[in-house]
Amino acid sequence: MSAQATFPVSRGIAFQLAAAAPGAVYLLVILCAGLAVWRPAFFSVANLTNVGLQIAVLTIVSLGMTLVILTEGIDLSLGAVLGLAGVVMGMVLVSGYPLMAGVAAAIVVGIVFGLANGAMVAWTGMPPFIVTLGTLGVAQSFAMVLTQGNSVTGLPAQVRWFNEGLVLGIPVPLLATAVLFFLTYLLLYHTRFGRYVFAIGGNRRALALSGVRVSVYLVAVYVFAAVMAALAAFVMTARMNSAHPTIAIGLEFDAIAAVVLGGTSFEKGRGGIVGTLAGAAAVGVLRNGLNLVGVSAEWQVAAIGLVIIAGVAFDSVRGRT
Amino acid sequence: MNQGLALPGFLGRLPADRLFVVVSRATALIAIVLVLSALSPHFFTAQNLINVLRQASLQFILSAGLTLVILAGGIDLSVGAVLGLSACLGASLIAGGHLLLGIVAALGAGLACGMVNGFLVTQFRIPAFMATYGMLWIASGVTHVFMKGEVIHGFDKTFRFIGAGHVGPIPAPVIAAAALLFALHVLLHHMRLGRAVFAIGGNPVAARLSGMPVKRHLVTVYALSGLLAAFAGLVVIARVNAADPGIGEELLLPAIAAVCLGGTSLLGGQGGIAGTLVGSLILALIINGMNLLSVSTFWQAGAMGFIVLASVFADQMGGRRVAAVAHHTYRGGKS
Repeated sequence: MSAQATFPVSRGIAFQLAAAAPGAVYLLVILCAGLAVWRPAFFSVANLTNVGLQIAVLTIVSLGMTLVILTEGIDLSLGAVLGLAGVVMGMVLVSGYPLMAGVAAAIVVGIVFGLANGAMVAWTGMPPFIVTLGTLGVAQSFAMVLTQGNSVTGLPAQVRWFNEGLVLGIPVPLLATAVLFFLTYLLLYHTRFGRYVFAIGGNRRALALSGVRVSVYLVAVYVFAAVMAALAAFVMTARMNSAHPTIAIGLEFDAIAAVVLGGTSFEKGRGGIVGTLAGAAAVGVLRNGLNLVGVSAEWQVAAIGLVIIAGVAFDSVRGRT
Repeated sequence: MNQGLALPGFLGRLPADRLFVVVSRATALIAIVLVLSALSPHFFTAQNLINVLRQASLQFILSAGLTLVILAGGIDLSVGAVLGLSACLGASLIAGGHLLLGIVAALGAGLACGMVNGFLVTQFRIPAFMATYGMLWIASGVTHVFMKGEVIHGFDKTFRFIGAGHVGPIPAPVIAAAALLFALHVLLHHMRLGRAVFAIGGNPVAARLSGMPVKRHLVTVYALSGLLAAFAGLVVIARVNAADPGIGEELLLPAIAAVCLGGTSLLGGQGGIAGTLVGSLILALIINGMNLLSVSTFWQAGAMGFIVLASVFADQMGGRRVAAVAHHTYRGGKS
């Protein structure tokens, strides 16, 4: 977002906007143009709704990931935490407890892992990728041990409403995503916490020297990301009508792609969640489009790997000039 | 340099934080052996110990290249996926009767992936964990596409020797690991590249200002990591006599765990290849112990994660506290 300021005014506003737009916007335009020519079926209301539902979970996870990356961190454990939270919630619900108890259990899982990640990153100086790679393994094990590798099925009927229900004609998952986006937006751009998130990435030392307890805010960021993953677990469980321990393995990868494509940098707290919205849409459309064209899931994974590297390289090259 | 404690031999010459690493790892190793001997009657048998050695050797071969990368201050998250890609590529050729071509292709693929990693890190200045994370998924995707969900099995005896053969009572992978340990020790401590690795990991800016070709050295290090991952892949498929596309997926955490357990600092510049051997041994003992005590395999990923966290945590806190004063003077007050 702040990249806009670096371009001279005389070049015209259109050029400025184009130059400052994150890679996701270009990718979306290219993908939509390609799909319009080769697969017009993409633009049917049914398919677009489907894409939206697919993107809902990814967007929620990506919002949390954005905040973590803004602090020059990374959270590789979000997919595994999502899986564990879903499994725990599923087991609580299947045991006959009310819906809110299940959601609360999922959120507790998120808070515990967020606290663990944040505490180790903030207070021990361990690199974030190694901390979260470690907790990834732990969360994955817990989920597998709890379920013995099986799906949790037989959820109460009311869960399905959270996937199929409509409020004012809008599917509930999309509405939930919109609400979470709005709340994250308020948190990031209208609170002290949000300002500190950017400042931690921009100049942690200056922030600490000005008397802010950086560690506390850093822990809060990791807790926020893990709780968002837990909430995404609810949306995903409702969508699948079951919870599976390995369902979200690798979701953190799509989320990182979405954040990077959305123009958030791994350095200096540059970026924001509006770009992430475009990034998540781009990753979702890329996957859906590749599906429509008949590209296998394996190639999609490789393609997104390329997209991530290209995105970071692009950002790195642009950041240097 | 800082003052050593009053201890005999090489221990006395170690800085306090390195001493913490050596003593804690030696203690862990002895404790695990004692505990397992007490808990399982099958542990302290020649057959089982040779098994552990072979397992540790496989682990060491995979983690050896990663050790170089981490010493140089980088990270390679793609080692598992590159292992899978090279192993499957090699397997398809070897199963088709082209033994030499298969080996060359596998090693070539690993080398190429490593060089691309090095290139991305040095030329595009992509953070190492991000570049190699992207490479992880690219290699994994290509492997699955290449294998079409199938498993290749049944290799000829000549090839299987490297993984399943014996020289006397000693398994071939143990000999390969010993040779590799020797080669990398020479490389790290008696060659220019080795000194450069420590220098770059310790202080990349100083290394560059002193005229070292930092970028070239880094590309070499990442390339070596890819090459050794490919070699590990060949040993693994020769041992299990099969190659499936998911072969490398669960090897990343153990690979990093062995390096961390070996006391090599993730910040770069401190540690060594011998430590990784110790780390691989501890890891192999833990996995062996979990199997002997019939702990569910579902716990293994968690155990790996916990080991990584615990050893990095111990070195950060324990080592740092012990060495706080010495470290400060030693680094000239640089925070």
